[in-house]
Amino acid sequence: MYVAVKGGEAAINNAHRLLADRRRGDRSLPSVTIEQIVEQLGLAVDRVMAEASLFDRALAALAVRQSRGDMIEAIFLLRAYRTTLPRFGSSVPVDTAAMKVERRVSATYKDLPGGQLLGPTFDYTHRLLDPSLLTDEPVDEPERRDTPEEHIMRVSDILAHEGLIEPDGEFSEDHQAGDITREPMEFPMSRDLRLQALARGDEGFLLALGYSTQRGYGRNHPFVGEIRIGEVEIEIEVAELDFAVSLGRIQVTECQMVNQFKGSSKAPPQFTRGYGLVFGQSERKAMSMSLVDRALRAEELGEDITAPAQDEEFVISHSDNVQATGFVEHLKLPHYVDFQAELALVRRMRSDIEAARNGVKGGLQEAAE
Amino acid sequence: MDLAKQIGPNAETNGRRRAVGLLARAMTDELRAAWDKLPAKPEVKPVRGPETGLVMVRGRIGGGGAPFNLGEATVTRATVLLASGTAGHGQALGTSKDNVRLAAIFDALWQEVGTRDFVETTLLAPIEARIAAEDKQKAEETAATRVDFFTMVRGDD
Repeated sequence: MYVAVKGGEAAINNAHRLLADRRRGDRSLPSVTIEQIVEQLGLAVDRVMAEASLFDRALAALAVRQSRGDMIEAIFLLRAYRTTLPRFGSSVPVDTAAMKVERRVSATYKDLPGGQLLGPTFDYTHRLLDPSLLTDEPVDEPERRDTPEEHIMRVSDILAHEGLIEPDGEFSEDHQAGDITREPMEFPMSRDLRLQALARGDEGFLLALGYSTQRGYGRNHPFVGEIRIGEVEIEIEVAELDFAVSLGRIQVTECQMVNQFKGSSKAPPQFTRGYGLVFGQSERKAMSMSLVDRALRAEELGEDITAPAQDEEFVISHSDNVQATGFVEHLKLPHYVDFQAELALVRRMRSDIEAARNGVKGGLQEAAE
Repeated sequence: MDLAKQIGPNAETNGRRRAVGLLARAMTDELRAAWDKLPAKPEVKPVRGPETGLVMVRGRIGGGGAPFNLGEATVTRATVLLASGTAGHGQALGTSKDNVRLAAIFDALWQEVGTRDFVETTLLAPIEARIAAEDKQKAEETAATRVDFFTMVRGDD
């Protein structure tokens, strides 16, 4: 017999009201604005956009505010919002070579066209808490310097020039870029689909997997060929107009990882590559993504699959933190009936064992008699 | 004349493309100010939207290889019709319906001979100047963080 249990409505309403109160916090303090979150907690906003797979700073900031700073909750909110909108189309692929660069570093070449541009980085800070931020001290304007007329050349192009590195990943002419938001996932997966999944994957999960490859679980000997952060133009083909229309610019982070070389009897050795591209400013995520992208190419490159980071189904199936949190967190929801069933089963097994034990004793006695 | 015929449509397309691109970057204040300055407000019929939706942003594997889907971005678009029959399209990243409705109107006005100059001087030129100034500032701030390597001479000889 199944008895539907009702109730909890008042408790739920009051819990949500309490949540709204705790979210607001001390009323004597000013409420944080969306603009303040966008401007002053920009990297939190960027992470939410990247993992929600939706570029919109104001909405991501709203999600951060609504979730009280719980990043995965914010990502969940933005993902959910995304499903309410129609899709107008796909952009022309962004041209990261034409990026308005705000930061660009290479760990493989010291002197390269465009130079090492540090941009607004945490690197080389001493990681000492800054007491001046306890109060609202004025902040200096940035230094400026004349910009040289120099194209910020891709490191991969420098190496490609000499044929020392594999080309950018290509598919056959008829290959259409897959979309994990439209088709169910199937394994094995092509690299375009993997990159889409990794681009929205959990930063912490990808960081840990990337780290694991460095520690020897699927080692692929990486060098940061180049990291660049900046704005790229988004263009879309519109039926009414006979040209690609610019919609504006978005900020992205790109990482070109240069990896372990490979050669064969037919081809001379050349470096292989991993690629990372992420919404907003997120170097850690882009680097992790490129390490994992490279690890997941193990089969394509004829390497032994021995480590978790090389296992496509394992990595891609567990990289989405909205899916992961949904399944983990659903455990706290009522499982009263399931548990009652298990409880009854354990009780019956125990009584069966008890009965069997008594029965065996009885049986032996009978045999003796 | 032949030459004009050859380059005419192309120049027109490029001009429109530039105008549409600048209108996508227009800020609310800029659009409103230009609207307020319009000597004669046009009669505008909404045809589509303003409506908000998504565009799937694509990247390329390795930066220049096969396309892949990176993630979506919010886009808002609108189409309007002037009394003269000229259609204007406005579209921009984000969710501002007011902006794209005004952008669509100015796109239509840009196509009309009588109002193109007004749109160019009152709206497009200031937007272009603002973007150029912002880009220049950012580029200069970035340039100041460029590493100038130098070699330390060690030892006596």
